[in-house]
Amino acid sequence: MNLSQAIIELIWIVLGIIAIIVPVMIGVLAFTYAERKVLAFMHVRIGPNRVGPFGFFQPLADAIKLLHKEIIIPAVADKFIFILAPVLSIAPALAAWAVIPFAQGWVLANINAGILYVLAMTSFGAYGILLSGWASNSKYALFGSLRSAAQMVAYEIAMGFALIGVMLAAGSLNLSQIVLAQSGGIWHWYWLPLLPLFVVYLISGVSETNRAPFDVAEGESEIVAGYHVEYGGMAFGVFFLAEYSNMLLISALVSLFFLGGWLSPLQGIPGLETWFAWVPGVIWFLIKIIFFSFLYLWLRATFPRYRYDQIMRLGWKVLIPITLIWIVVVAVAARFNLPPWW
Amino acid sequence: MVKTIIRIIKSFTLWELFAGLLLTGKYFWKRKFTVQFPEEKTPVSPRFRGLHALRRYPNGEERCIACKLCEAVCPALAITIDSEQRADGSRRTKSYEIDLFKCIYCGMCEEACPVDSIVLTDMSHYHIAERGENILTKEKLLAIGDKYEEQIAAAREEEGRYR
Ligand code: SF4
Ligand code: SF4
Repeated sequence: MNLSQAIIELIWIVLGIIAIIVPVMIGVLAFTYAERKVLAFMHVRIGPNRVGPFGFFQPLADAIKLLHKEIIIPAVADKFIFILAPVLSIAPALAAWAVIPFAQGWVLANINAGILYVLAMTSFGAYGILLSGWASNSKYALFGSLRSAAQMVAYEIAMGFALIGVMLAAGSLNLSQIVLAQSGGIWHWYWLPLLPLFVVYLISGVSETNRAPFDVAEGESEIVAGYHVEYGGMAFGVFFLAEYSNMLLISALVSLFFLGGWLSPLQGIPGLETWFAWVPGVIWFLIKIIFFSFLYLWLRATFPRYRYDQIMRLGWKVLIPITLIWIVVVAVAARFNLPPWW
Repeated sequence: MVKTIIRIIKSFTLWELFAGLLLTGKYFWKRKFTVQFPEEKTPVSPRFRGLHALRRYPNGEERCIACKLCEAVCPALAITIDSEQRADGSRRTKSYEIDLFKCIYCGMCEEACPVDSIVLTDMSHYHIAERGENILTKEKLLAIGDKYEEQIAAAREEEGRYR
């Protein structure tokens, strides 16, 4: 490969990155807006409605507000790590999107070990939280990050085991291939044959992103805001972006692993399948992402925060055993090609 | 035994969680009651005790006769009155000041006043931006009274038979 080819390839990759990052950022903005609206509606309130029609530009106003604010670095903080931490938390949150197939062939990096990459990236986000808590030199921040770390360790295992089930069922680590292995209609998607793993993955996903009801790392009522208590202005904004793009990411991953990614839910239904054949796969994928994002908000509006020890109990004593048992079941089913799915 | 089994089934099918989700899901579609404040206002009772005002008689003469009953009754010591003899021989206030920071809006001054001079209007949307604005002087009080006399009179009329 000569130089000009390399440059052209590089430009294509950069364009691909932009084509992913921009929609993700827009998604994050829309998500913060949706969060406030959905929570408000479930509280029988209206929510933001002043900036733009139905308050639609509220996230922009918030972003501008955050940009205007001063970034205060505590005198006793470890300045380098303090600044590094938000970067460390947003970088993996965005990097993980590289392997997400948005439709057949629409993927920036179609690597074979897609699942491993995703697992690595989502776990990597914990470093941002840990370091921010440590660098802040504040007891609340430290508590928040310690809690977050312990929680991550516990739920990462359940999450990984749940994915092992998916790998066994699909026989591949490549995300596109996993989606294709699910083709054949809504009852072939892995949510049904792997139902317990689906639920476990969903729960650990919520826990992994530190969202209610597992948001002890922030725990406003106990430790103020947890790990980002000392952050202000855009440094806080970056944490915020990371959290929301992580939520979108988990929604996307759940859709890929258990809900057939870009596959149409009407596959295999005579008549409907051909009628809706014109809908591009990315639309189905988006609909699934939106569904899970809504679920995130719904959970937050419904459940009170778990106590810390309850979180640990759920993680170690309930989720991990369930996944272990179900992995065996899936392995046996896949090995002996048991009907109805294998 | 049966209870334990039911409990286990319930917790593994996430029964309670779905029930909770269903409840919030229902509220999602409920009609919202939010009042859009600056455009819409909630109704205010005629008995509401808001900003103070000093009233005048229809002929323009101020009602207050500087009897200082309000000053005496005020539990927060928010009222300060200075009186003098006016040129026509009647007793009038020289200065009449209410400190809004001290006032607890109890309405005792209004009850004490023999000539219905000091009243509490139903205005609650005012703000104090500068130091010193918290002192309502006689001029300000009279101006408020002049401006809202109709409302004040109407509210007294409505409440009159309960007094
Ligand atoms: S409302 Fe009560 S506290 Fe306020 S000035 Fe009148 S008597 Fe004093
Ligand atoms: S406002 Fe009423 S009670 Fe107070 S000094 Fe004047 S007349 Fe007397």
